[in-house]
Amino acid sequence: MNTLITTLFNGVSIGTVLLIVALGLAIVFGLMGVINLAHGELMMLGAYTTYVVQNGFKTYLGTESQGLYIWAAIPLSFVVAALVGLALERGVIRFLYGRPLETLLATWGVSLILRQFVRSVSWGMVGGLLAFCGLFFGGKWLLGKSARIPSYRQNLVTTGLFLLSGAIAWFVGSNINNDPQLARPWFSARNVDVTAPGWLQGSIRVTAGIQFPASRLFIIVLTLLCLLGVYLFLQKSAWGLRIRSVTQNRDMSACLGIPTAQVDAVTFALGSGLAGVAGFAVTLLGSVGPNLGVNYIVDAFMVVVVGGVGNLLGSVIAALGIGIVTYLLGSGTMVRLLGGADGGAVVSFFDFFATTSMAKVMVFALIILFLQVRPAGLFPPKGRSAEV
Amino acid sequence: MTKLGRRKFLAYGSAAAGASVFLKACAPEPETEVEADSGASPAAAGADSDVITVGILHSLSGTMAISETTVVDAEELAIEEINAAGGVLGKQIVAVKEDGASDWPTFAEKAEKLIDQDQVAVVFGCWTSASRKAVLPVFEEKDHMLWYPVQYEGQECSQNIFYTGAAPNQQIEPAVDWLLENKGTDFFLVGSDYVFPRTANNIIKEQLKANGGTTVGEDYLPLGNTEVTPIIEKIQQALPDGGVIFNSLNGDSNVAFFKQLKSAGMGPDQYPVMSVSIAEEEVRQIGPEFLEGHYAAWNYFQTVESPANEKWVADFKAKYGEDRVTNDPMEAAYIMVYLWAQAVEAAGTTDIPAVREAAYGQTFEAPEGLVTMQPNHHISKTVRIGEVRDDGLFEIVSSTDGPLEPVPWNQYVPDTKGYACDWSDPAKGGRYKTEA
Repeated sequence: MNTLITTLFNGVSIGTVLLIVALGLAIVFGLMGVINLAHGELMMLGAYTTYVVQNGFKTYLGTESQGLYIWAAIPLSFVVAALVGLALERGVIRFLYGRPLETLLATWGVSLILRQFVRSVSWGMVGGLLAFCGLFFGGKWLLGKSARIPSYRQNLVTTGLFLLSGAIAWFVGSNINNDPQLARPWFSARNVDVTAPGWLQGSIRVTAGIQFPASRLFIIVLTLLCLLGVYLFLQKSAWGLRIRSVTQNRDMSACLGIPTAQVDAVTFALGSGLAGVAGFAVTLLGSVGPNLGVNYIVDAFMVVVVGGVGNLLGSVIAALGIGIVTYLLGSGTMVRLLGGADGGAVVSFFDFFATTSMAKVMVFALIILFLQVRPAGLFPPKGRSAEV
Repeated sequence: MTKLGRRKFLAYGSAAAGASVFLKACAPEPETEVEADSGASPAAAGADSDVITVGILHSLSGTMAISETTVVDAEELAIEEINAAGGVLGKQIVAVKEDGASDWPTFAEKAEKLIDQDQVAVVFGCWTSASRKAVLPVFEEKDHMLWYPVQYEGQECSQNIFYTGAAPNQQIEPAVDWLLENKGTDFFLVGSDYVFPRTANNIIKEQLKANGGTTVGEDYLPLGNTEVTPIIEKIQQALPDGGVIFNSLNGDSNVAFFKQLKSAGMGPDQYPVMSVSIAEEEVRQIGPEFLEGHYAAWNYFQTVESPANEKWVADFKAKYGEDRVTNDPMEAAYIMVYLWAQAVEAAGTTDIPAVREAAYGQTFEAPEGLVTMQPNHHISKTVRIGEVRDDGLFEIVSSTDGPLEPVPWNQYVPDTKGYACDWSDPAKGGRYKTEA
């Protein structure tokens, strides 16, 4: 009985981490069909937001506010990741809809930029970037408003404006960098330390032999809340209805007056925001560094693919399934259930796979096998939407 | 498909080029390559005969930069101090810094550059065993000299390398002995899935077998993996009433491991963890509250009580900032510069064979205590076990009475049992069978 309960709990807790990471991707990749390789970096931004919020609380409210910062960190990491996601969609991805290969390359590039950005961001860099954006986009707006430039001159003027504002921004940035205090990177390449509040560090004793880590319970609850929120948003709200209709038939939705471009932006921002929340969640478990996202992105895609593209329920079941199987294999529970170390060939087979690395190999092999049987995942899209 | 016109191409092309230049410009300034650490007398960096050029070869960028730049800081501090005290053979030392970029072939390339182009008298460098193995052929082929400051897995003894970090018998083996004596005989081994932890754990398993301990289980996490629930469950199954965990995880996985260990309710009173790659710097990153009460084995801790150490820590903080900490690899890097300088003084020249001969037997009153360079190119060191305090430094709970002789060829592993290394005697060399 104890084995059953711990197995279930540990499996579910591995599964919910996968699920919360994959939830945003299930929307971005599942509903919109965008292969967003920068999803992990949006998570990373959520985690860094948590770090900043934690330090802000520590500095301005004193150490006794330690336990409170997470309540601000969850919504803020959602907002920050959603805003970056929105900028990403407006700035890059909307030009690439329907071109998966270009999307793949572009978002990979974005993920590299974001990773390098958190490593080297400093006041000088931010000052330069702000100066550039203000000058370039402000200048374009002004020119567009006041001066009448013949269309064949447009590109020349834009290039000139770009070079000019770039030069000024460079000057501003390197001037700020002359002050060593301001030139210091905010985070640097070093990993940063996010400390969970005291009540999340301990564990909760259920019965004599069973203890549940509080952080895991918290992640399970958080995942359920996110899931519920996404479900309600998609099923009950006006925007949810629009998102679903655009997913099913974009052209028909556009004909009926649904602003598809806005719907795309909202959907992408929602998915990105969920990645931010996932970033918060993983700070409870591991370390926060520029490469945080890379460790999770493959697992997230795995969950969505196994679940069936375009189906949230599929992702839920896939995540929990993968979690439980990983746990059963990796912890050696399978070996114990089958009767210990001397139980013949089957047991020694499972014993061989009872290490963390080998359990991963086994899980991948099982997924490949599963996709042979059901190439489109657990719940493949049916009917007309499958053809789009 | 939209056609990319010539104008558009020009506009986008220049935009892209401009953007990349701009991003580079606004990142913090990269460190300058050549640095004249000539202290108060910059005029000394003039004619060749007035200065001695040395090479510093570490990763200044990439994943290893976090650790290796701290070692560079320690080396530069030592060079600065030596220069301020009058230099070596009356000449100032000038350091040429090269960036190995966390990429092993780059290390070999830069080592050649330092030797051939910059004509350095010696190279201080490397951190990972992989980078050391990459530059080893370069130094052997050119019969040059590398000083290496990091604790490593042993099983190597090159004539062209001086190792000032711990050999396994100066870190891992005493740690296991101490655990057997004070904490229990049932060991669970956790490590990252690559060569150092696996080699180290093989040594530990042999040692436990020989000394009456038991290995109840072992598991390896792929580098970067943060899901440790299965491992924690395994530990609980294998050691239901508590026991010793020997940890050779590297990098991020440590954070996940200690955070989740704590939240599983497994404290240091029941499950003491002995780590071999967690020093002061890493404690700061993981967070002392997760590590408090656990152990680490090193030769040096910032909390070592000796006049030499107090002076060093104060000097280091004065140069690099109050918030900095010192740790074992940094200390080893610091003392290796001094040992080399002493050897040069003793030899009266910077010629490689003469310096090598003169290096044997050099002693130095280091922050960790007296160290002596042995003819097997390793140094005798004091071994200490530290317990993490709530301020992130270590309380030293055990230390050997004096320095321990280094044993590069491991005596528990059957392949190398009975072998030793002695470069002072041409008949013996890097690997010879001892009379036993």
